Amino acid sequence: MTASWWRYTFLIAFKDLRIEGRSREVLYTMGFSAALVVLVFSFALANATDAAQGPVTAAGVLWAATLFTGTVALARVLDRERENESIRSLLLSPAPRSAIYAGKLIATSLLMIAVEVLLTILVGVLFSTGVFNHLGWLALVLLLGTLGFSATGVVFSAALLRSRSREALLGALLFPIVIPVLLAASRATACLFDPLSPDLEPVSFWTRFLFATDVIYILLGLWVFEPVVIGE
Amino acid sequence: MPAQTSQTSHGSPRFLAACAVTFLLFVIACNAIADAPREITMGLVQKIFYFHVPCAWLLMLSTLVCAGGSVAYLFGGSERGDRVALSAAELGVLFGMCVLVSGPLWAKAAWGVYWQWEARLTSSLLLWLMLLAYVLARRYGGPSARRLAAALALFAAIDIPLVYFSVRFFRSIHPSNTVVSTLGPGMRGAFWLSLLAFTVLWSVLLAARLAVESAQARLVDLEILLDQAEEKKT
Repeated sequence: MTASWWRYTFLIAFKDLRIEGRSREVLYTMGFSAALVVLVFSFALANATDAAQGPVTAAGVLWAATLFTGTVALARVLDRERENESIRSLLLSPAPRSAIYAGKLIATSLLMIAVEVLLTILVGVLFSTGVFNHLGWLALVLLLGTLGFSATGVVFSAALLRSRSREALLGALLFPIVIPVLLAASRATACLFDPLSPDLEPVSFWTRFLFATDVIYILLGLWVFEPVVIGE
Repeated sequence: MPAQTSQTSHGSPRFLAACAVTFLLFVIACNAIADAPREITMGLVQKIFYFHVPCAWLLMLSTLVCAGGSVAYLFGGSERGDRVALSAAELGVLFGMCVLVSGPLWAKAAWGVYWQWEARLTSSLLLWLMLLAYVLARRYGGPSARRLAAALALFAAIDIPLVYFSVRFFRSIHPSNTVVSTLGPGMRGAFWLSLLAFTVLWSVLLAARLAVESAQARLVDLEILLDQAEEKKT
């Protein structure tokens, strides 16, 4: 990975974020649907959140909402390339395909993290959970969980660009792959939300698991992105 | 251009011989399982083991073969690799379903519940879901279905070590990987026979499915040739 590779990566990520900065379409729609998902869970579990279940439920709701709304971000970030047939220009440009993948990965992850900040506050308020007990650890878990999700999501979203039923298929194909990420992230987050659990050993274990999964998913994504999108 | 006759097509002497060998192996394996001593604590329910473990092995083998075929297709453009991947994925779904049915039957007798959210069970369920997603992607993935499914197969292959080593990495109530070496002599022979019979069955089914896929591909080629010939005439 040379300096020019990183340059292309950041240029593509910057381009996507700049487009988003102008329209704020993904941020607003994703933020609103994420808030709705949390509210729906909150109404459905209104009587089930006692002191023992609180942190586990709150962490589960946070990550379920992140996953559901993350697919919106994934679909839109890649959809923009399809609308004006700019995916062809992007693929014909001198930018390496792996740099296109990495750029999309960074842009999607940053958009998701922005919405996750809102989601975390909302979960903390609605589920009466101390979400900021361990802020540094929480930021790390959110970052690693989001990277794991985006690493696979960008590949499948790109591969589904020409599919008619892409919205329905994206979740169906993506969720089985990202469940290990969801499991590790929600377990770690539940420990962080729990004020009665001073032991951070499980958090450390699940964070290491997340890190290893992310490394494997990102390397695999960099490897398969080019042959997957080559026919677009 | 006449279509070539497949060596493994249904009704060919080799295929019929393979079916006969598989049937014979299953008869021998069933006799060995019936004759195998009953386990003291579990009793008759333990015999699910002779069915469950070979199916779990075939679920992992199918995923591995599917991933291998997908690599050959994705990076080498191998059509045969793609057909092998699809056939293996379908068999993985079939044997995975057998694992997910036989496992809970044993679990109910051993643990008192059909399902426990523990590492081995969860990772096996995930692997099966990924293969199901592969088949779904092939059917409804649109123009890029084959490339999409191939990428999915590679991500699914990552789950194989997770399934195998899950009982070591995580706190698990599932029997460990070394359970086969702890079997008594009567049980061990029956187990290996059963594993062999299931693996041969898997190979025969894979060959049959591949023959169907190859015949379909040839049919598409012939249709294209026919269309081209008709266009030339007009």
